[in-house]
Amino acid sequence: MKSSVSEPLPMDDDIIIIEHLYKGFGKVKALVDVSLRVKRGEVCFIFGPSGGGKSTLLRCINHLETPDSGRIIVDGIPVTHAKTNIDLVRAEVGMVFQLFNLFPHLTVRENVTLAQQKVRKRPKEEATRVALALLERVGIPEKADAYPGQLSGGQKQRVAIARALAMNPKIMLFDEPTSALDAEMIKEVLDVMLDLAQEGMTMVVVSHEMGFAKAAADRMVFLDGGRIIEEGTPEELFKNPKEERTKQFLSQVLY
Amino acid sequence: MAITREIEKPQPKLIPWTAKLAEVPWWGLIILLMGVLIVYFIFVSPTYQDAFYFLIAGVRLTILVSLSSFATSLVLGLVAGLGRVSKNVPYYTLSSVYVEVVRGIPILVLLIYFAYVATPLALQFLNWLGTAMLQNLAIGPLVGPANFLANLNIQGVDMTVRAIAGLAFCYGAFEAEVFRAGIQSIEKGQMEAARSLGMSYFQAMRYIILPQAIRRVLPPLGNDFIAMLKDSSLISVLAVRELTHLGKLNRARTFRTFETWNTVAFLYLIMTLSLSLLVKFMERRMAFEE
Repeated sequence: MKSSVSEPLPMDDDIIIIEHLYKGFGKVKALVDVSLRVKRGEVCFIFGPSGGGKSTLLRCINHLETPDSGRIIVDGIPVTHAKTNIDLVRAEVGMVFQLFNLFPHLTVRENVTLAQQKVRKRPKEEATRVALALLERVGIPEKADAYPGQLSGGQKQRVAIARALAMNPKIMLFDEPTSALDAEMIKEVLDVMLDLAQEGMTMVVVSHEMGFAKAAADRMVFLDGGRIIEEGTPEELFKNPKEERTKQFLSQVLY
Repeated sequence: MAITREIEKPQPKLIPWTAKLAEVPWWGLIILLMGVLIVYFIFVSPTYQDAFYFLIAGVRLTILVSLSSFATSLVLGLVAGLGRVSKNVPYYTLSSVYVEVVRGIPILVLLIYFAYVATPLALQFLNWLGTAMLQNLAIGPLVGPANFLANLNIQGVDMTVRAIAGLAFCYGAFEAEVFRAGIQSIEKGQMEAARSLGMSYFQAMRYIILPQAIRRVLPPLGNDFIAMLKDSSLISVLAVRELTHLGKLNRARTFRTFETWNTVAFLYLIMTLSLSLLVKFMERRMAFEE
């Protein structure tokens, strides 16, 4: 972590600022000099081949991975700085995982209320009210008292989204939210995400769902070999990608 | 449908009768028979009756010692187990040294060491501390505790207390490894999900990881509790009047070896069998759909 306090923090429209990020796992270079800015209310769609560094980049944003060097600033707070209380940043950044990671020993309702009570210090009644409203919003109010083990994959992922939203995050990170789902459940999760995007939530989505990108993304970022190969609007990337690698990849994933 | 039902129908004639016999818990029957026999003797034979009433006080102490040592060892084990998965280097190192050292010394040796070496040493240290405080820091509220420390006497530490401390210290190391295994068996994503919601490491442990880990380690913990109850017989070498020690005394008193040790073994068995029932019950109650 190279940043220091004395450096001025850019305070502008960009809610996420990533500068010259490097990250390696042993000999594998997961991220090589990645710089990226995400504006408030923007939906940023990151795609690329497996092992290209997409998830690593996403996990660096809320510091689940510690980058080797470079700087990340989330809503004016330098995440990569050693003295930053990362828990405060994470409370503002919701995350949805590929494998849901619901807490299996708690009911759906408790899954959604726990962090509100322990981190946001909301009283139980308020947390429950928020939880039920959010479960209504993601379309499964009747499952409030079920345990995660009793839900389908799509329902689990919608609970996970509600759990993240309950913290009133400023940013939502999605790490391949539909990759572990059966085909018929993908839509119910994408619908919830689309709603969120239309309400103006800042979202960073790592996914292979090109349909979602077409419908909701403001910007697409193509990541391969740990580098950003190309970025642009869905229009630009789908119609005429500049780089050969992007063309090649898109031709393989699009029918 | 009708055809499948025909096929799935059990065909009792084809199962050899020996296979059926194998399913009968013969060992349980034998134990039950022995138990009934001993209970019968306790009611009828004056020798057994005498032994039983003499030994029953030991049962009480054995239960007391086991419960308090196990409770203490759980706390020790949890603290050390959290250390074994901690990224804090001194905490991790200290926990590892504790586990490796204690695991590597026979419990009997450690018990004797605890009672006759560690306790006197600790007392000497406390006495020295008290004296030093009296000489250098004898101000107001400190005089009382300083006097107390300086005048602590080795006779003041009951052998039972030393035994409990020793047993807890030994088993804490095993419990630490059980807790570590339990914590590490919880998927990494659970910690990540909890942290991503803004919970601290401690909160994530407290509300997410440990509740799940403890459910998973209930069987080995129950196993260790039963093992500890049996190992509490070792403290008879410290002349603590628990069941085994009273057994020795009873034999010396009556010269009835056979009846004495029959009763002792029977009483231990009653305790351990009821414990395994209790553990089974708890496992069932705490189970949840994964």
